Amino acid sequence: MSATWKTFKPYALITPQTLVFLLFLVFPIVMIGVVSFWEFTGYSMVPAFTLDNYQGIFTSDVTFKTYLNTFKFLGLVWLATLLIGYPVAYFIAFHVPKLEWQILLFLVCTIPFWTSNIIRMISWVPLLGREGLVNQVLLGGGLIQQPLEFLLYSDFAVVLGMVHLYIIFMIAPIFNSLMRIERSLITAAEDLGASGLQIFKEVILPLSAPGIAIGSIFIVTLVMGEFVTVRLMGGGQSASVGKLIQTQIGSLQYPLAAANAMVLLAVTMLIIVSVLRVLDIRKEL
Amino acid sequence: MQDIQVEPVLTLDAVPEDFQAEAKGVSLRDVTKKYGSFAAVQHITLDIAAGSYTCLLGPSGCGKTTTMRMIAGHEDISAGDIYIGDTRVNGLPPTQRNTAMMFQNYALFPHKTVWDNVDFGLKMRGLAIADRRARVSEMLEIVGLTQFSDRKPAQLSGGQQQRVALARALVTRPQVLMLDEPLSALDESLRVKTRGELRKLQRQFGMTFIQVTHNQDEAYSLSDQIVVMDHGRIDQVGTPVEIFSRPLSTFVARFTGDNNIFAGTVTSTVADTQGQFIQLEVPGLGTLLCLGDYGQVGTEAACCIRADLMQIKSLAEAETSGCGPATNRVTARITAVEFTGYVTRVSLAIERNGMEVLYKARTPDWLTTSFAEGQTVVLDWAAADCVFLSH
Repeated sequence: MSATWKTFKPYALITPQTLVFLLFLVFPIVMIGVVSFWEFTGYSMVPAFTLDNYQGIFTSDVTFKTYLNTFKFLGLVWLATLLIGYPVAYFIAFHVPKLEWQILLFLVCTIPFWTSNIIRMISWVPLLGREGLVNQVLLGGGLIQQPLEFLLYSDFAVVLGMVHLYIIFMIAPIFNSLMRIERSLITAAEDLGASGLQIFKEVILPLSAPGIAIGSIFIVTLVMGEFVTVRLMGGGQSASVGKLIQTQIGSLQYPLAAANAMVLLAVTMLIIVSVLRVLDIRKEL
Repeated sequence: MQDIQVEPVLTLDAVPEDFQAEAKGVSLRDVTKKYGSFAAVQHITLDIAAGSYTCLLGPSGCGKTTTMRMIAGHEDISAGDIYIGDTRVNGLPPTQRNTAMMFQNYALFPHKTVWDNVDFGLKMRGLAIADRRARVSEMLEIVGLTQFSDRKPAQLSGGQQQRVALARALVTRPQVLMLDEPLSALDESLRVKTRGELRKLQRQFGMTFIQVTHNQDEAYSLSDQIVVMDHGRIDQVGTPVEIFSRPLSTFVARFTGDNNIFAGTVTSTVADTQGQFIQLEVPGLGTLLCLGDYGQVGTEAACCIRADLMQIKSLAEAETSGCGPATNRVTARITAVEFTGYVTRVSLAIERNGMEVLYKARTPDWLTTSFAEGQTVVLDWAAADCVFLSH
């Protein structure tokens, strides 16, 4: 009896988790996949097997441009979060002497997360708007004659908003991997004659690469599916795949939206796989 | 992680001529290191001869590692001067001192192969690629790791990692090599073997080696000179034999061997060709006679006798042989007999004051006697073997 229980036990232990995954992850995705082959008549959707939705996506100019724009957002947000996030994580990990201070400062980085995304986005409006604080100051200081239009409801605003929202997802894994670097390695590199720049290039950067990879994966998945920031900060001027899908759902074109979602999922997975090809994250997990 | 059974062997014949570079001596002049108000190292003055093997010996927190890190340039000094050769190196970075360090737990770069680890110092110094290749392969051959050059450190055994660390430090041909507890991460049998190899390597390279250790056996077997440190100060400097047989302080006597220590007051001193015969009044025990220097009547001091230099006698035997004027004698009861292999350790309690003392005998000798636990015996030791400890 105990022998049967022994074989059975691991399966029993993983059952709840598996059920949750099946119910809340696999099942919805399969449903979306199924619906993406259905027909849409203009009033209702009809179960069927048609490739019309996909054909529409792959032949449309709009899809192409929207993806291009989404990639542009992704590239800019990724670059900005990396260039801002890495130095922040580096500073906390290497230049803050005490562990308590490091933890405290890291928590400070998370404070913006205590507020809802939407409120944080809306709070940019009085700052960046035509009559906003930034324009007022610049006008008042005589630095510009006309208010700067690009500050709000533009691609710039979208990227700014996303960087604000997601930078912690870059800081956290990089900080984690930097904290794991043994300090004696740095002393050893110094002892062997490495300059500060060489230590960074030869020791710190390679050992924090897994952190960069994990941060990048977060940024990819978050930005590729973005629509709230694009709508609020782009003011209808900016397009992204997420927003496209949301618009299609708004007009009840579920099969088309589902097909778009499947394509987006595939593209996102492709990007993640290529990130993992370059950087090995197994050590971090 | 793979476990590799084969331990490669040092091929010392392969040490090239130009490796036996000019070793440099190291001098510390009144060096102090303070962290805030805490002085980790206080007023140390020390000379380390070029080409010698010196061990800084002491318990953890005695300042030995700080002292080494100051010599290596990884720690600023608060006061004093450090010279390597004739050059004052205060404030110079490690590379400009021509020193190298082998770290405790080795600090190998986990993302680099054995080859790249050894190559690191040369690469940082900007040597030509052909030069680097020749020197790295030469070095890997010396430490017997040529066939492992593509492995990462995690794929090596502890002994092999230790060799990589050694190769990485030696490849830049430093004038002084510093070793921070280089054997502490190895298991016992490998430690003894590696100890011998380190010594051989140092002789062969003719380099100055400075090693930090808390293990007196390691210090005895490796060193030309031992520096015993305690509380940020140097307690005694000497050859292993001097430290072992003539400790100068209670701390050294206690730290470096199985010594029985008696504290008391100096009551008289007599100059002799070997030094001073000093009489010590030990409270509760009586007068002990010991040999030493700088004894001053009326001062608090101590003396020690090594556990293996005493003679154990039955009461009857003691009666017939008597006790000479230059011999100390106490009566004690055997409380425990501990067999440890080659040596048998006998614990005794002195009758008069209950003080615990240790007697050590070669096991074959002990087996010829008939002493048993609980028996009362006499311990005799010559005044010439009893070492005066001034502090």
